[in-house]
Amino acid sequence: MSFHKKLERNSLLMLVCIILVVAIGGIVEIVPLFTIESTIKQVKGVRPYSPLELAGRNIYIREGCYVCHSQMIRAFRDEVERYGPYSLAAESMYDHPFQWGSKRTGPDLARVGGKYSNEWHVEHFLDPRELVPESVMPPYSFMADADLDYEDMAAHLKTNRHVGVPYTDEMVAYAVADVEAQVDPDGDIEGLMARYPKAVVANFDGDSSRITEMDALIAYLQMLGTLVDFTGTSAAQPDGED
Amino acid sequence: MIDQNGPMTSAVSAPVYNDEAIRKFVIATIFWGVVGFTVGVLIAFQLAFPALNMDLEWTSFGRLRPVHTSAVIFAFGGNILLATSLYVVQRTSRVTLFGGEKWAHVIFWGYQIFIVMAALSYVLGFSQSKEYAEPEWFIDLWLTVVWVIYLVVFAGTIFTRKEKHIYVANWFFMAFILTIAMLHIINNLAVPVSFTGAKSYILWSGVQDAMTQWWYGHNAVGFFLTAGFLGIMYYFIPKQAERPVYSYRLSVVHFWSITFLYIWAGPHHLHYTALPDWAQTLGMTFSIMLWMPSWGGMINGLMTLRGAWDKLRTDPVLRMLVVSVGFYGMSTFEGPVMAIKAVNALSHYTDWTIGHVHSGALGWVAFVSFGAMYHLVPVLWQRERLYSLRLVSLHFWIATVGIVLYITAMWVSGIMQGLMWRAYDELGFLQYSFVESVEAMHPYYIIRALGGILFLLGALIMVYNLWRTMRGDIRAGEPVVASDPTTEVTPATAAAPN
Repeated sequence: MSFHKKLERNSLLMLVCIILVVAIGGIVEIVPLFTIESTIKQVKGVRPYSPLELAGRNIYIREGCYVCHSQMIRAFRDEVERYGPYSLAAESMYDHPFQWGSKRTGPDLARVGGKYSNEWHVEHFLDPRELVPESVMPPYSFMADADLDYEDMAAHLKTNRHVGVPYTDEMVAYAVADVEAQVDPDGDIEGLMARYPKAVVANFDGDSSRITEMDALIAYLQMLGTLVDFTGTSAAQPDGED
Repeated sequence: MIDQNGPMTSAVSAPVYNDEAIRKFVIATIFWGVVGFTVGVLIAFQLAFPALNMDLEWTSFGRLRPVHTSAVIFAFGGNILLATSLYVVQRTSRVTLFGGEKWAHVIFWGYQIFIVMAALSYVLGFSQSKEYAEPEWFIDLWLTVVWVIYLVVFAGTIFTRKEKHIYVANWFFMAFILTIAMLHIINNLAVPVSFTGAKSYILWSGVQDAMTQWWYGHNAVGFFLTAGFLGIMYYFIPKQAERPVYSYRLSVVHFWSITFLYIWAGPHHLHYTALPDWAQTLGMTFSIMLWMPSWGGMINGLMTLRGAWDKLRTDPVLRMLVVSVGFYGMSTFEGPVMAIKAVNALSHYTDWTIGHVHSGALGWVAFVSFGAMYHLVPVLWQRERLYSLRLVSLHFWIATVGIVLYITAMWVSGIMQGLMWRAYDELGFLQYSFVESVEAMHPYYIIRALGGILFLLGALIMVYNLWRTMRGDIRAGEPVVASDPTTEVTPATAAAPN
């Protein structure tokens, strides 16, 4: 207590002590996540987002989908049965920011890719209650009419590279072309598929005359959780509590 | 001459304090409070009646929810913290603000511009989608500048103080300002796509971003919504009760254990996720340890009333302050329980979390703010007393019923959701589809929204009461109680200009 008497008479000492005391917890919990290798176990299949998927992800972020949808399947029997294999750290290693979420007003979306058709997603965004009468999700019909702004996708890829996503020079060079290739099933998609294996190529919103925000968002949803092949792995087996 | 020093000491001469900006902060608190509560009620109804999303891009739940959280935490909460900290630091240091009225106004306008930019940006579709850290990089930079000025003004005032000791409320305000600066800067490190555009990519990714985010997110609770408001408690409860703080020793233990332990609790938001187990276990352990200092603080606040409990009957302002400490105790008990992994397995992702947050936000943060404002407005506007104590009482009861409706509805809906998601039928299949759990929430979402309406109604009663008080009106036929602020208006403050 006598030390404290000194402390509360010396504002600078107090300030320094506070900084030291609040810094410790963060240093111990955060720094090792960058240094311990087992934090993210590498798995085959995880790749950077294709430019169209990235544009879709940015719409997901813009609309605040994370306030109602998680992207993190916990290792519980019911979650694995409901949503699929539990989520691995590597699956979000290129996510700036992460979108694990904290609330499930709607279902988890970590593995929603391929579960519904593109047409289902379009109808659902136009009017969720048309397909799911009990749903409380807002409609997003404006996205069907909004042209996707993708002229600057090369800059987006480069910025991602600055923060650690391994986009190659080739990927940056083809950023705009790859957006256009991914919504055109009749076009030449060889380069796109080489750069972004398993990318879903489709005219997502059914309107081939233009590329809309709806195209991008559905392209993103359709790849979620599809990159890693879980057949025969333990992640597909429920191993948590039930 | 109670007003100028630590709550219970007195001194010979008081300087003319810089209160002009503080009056503005109080008005901003009232304004943003009403905005934040109103948006909260709207989005609560959107979850019950989705047609209220209106199928417009600017009014969807996803864009309005950050408007609600930012308005109540940073606009309402932030303005009352700025008001009270700058008020308290002058009186407990017996000096005027470092930098004077001018820099206090820079903080005021800088902070309001931050709020308006943040709210507009969400509605227009710019968000980092990091919970409680949604503003994009340029707004973050703006806030950083404003915050550093705030730190300099606050710490500078303490540095130039005429009192030997730094009063306990200021320790908490100081920890709040410093820690929020650290959290804000590190969590928001980002690279903009272009310096002329709003979009940026956050420096961290995946599991590291998750940890950094909840290190930030939980300590926005721990330092913005707890340490800062404990500073309010440590000044305004002793003032309103006219009793010294219960225990000096408990204050010291409370302060250092809170500042040390809170920072570790973040990983309890990430139980059973891809975050490594060791971090989850640390987060759980420290969350449970937090229970003790939290209740130490609650006891210190409540026991300050020893020998003055009778005032709870006659002084509704004190009642509001004391009940806020009760809610603080309740939510700081519930929090550690929910941080236990086995409990969290059920509660995570459900409405239980939302209920927990609101028992803290409505019961603790908002009530202690209301109490502080009921105390402050007559002093700052040099009025004899509040316009009406009966209206304070009415506000108290309506808001309390609103909170009870809110949190009980969320307990029931949250636990029900958690149980429905994990329920199996006798054949070993999942018993409910997800949408069945959505449907089951409907009645509770209506009850919750009604609770929100009552809470908003209470706040509107307060607005009316404070407005009449500022005008100098006194409601006819009201009893004057012993702890009425009348007794605290000193000749020195009464003579202050403005």
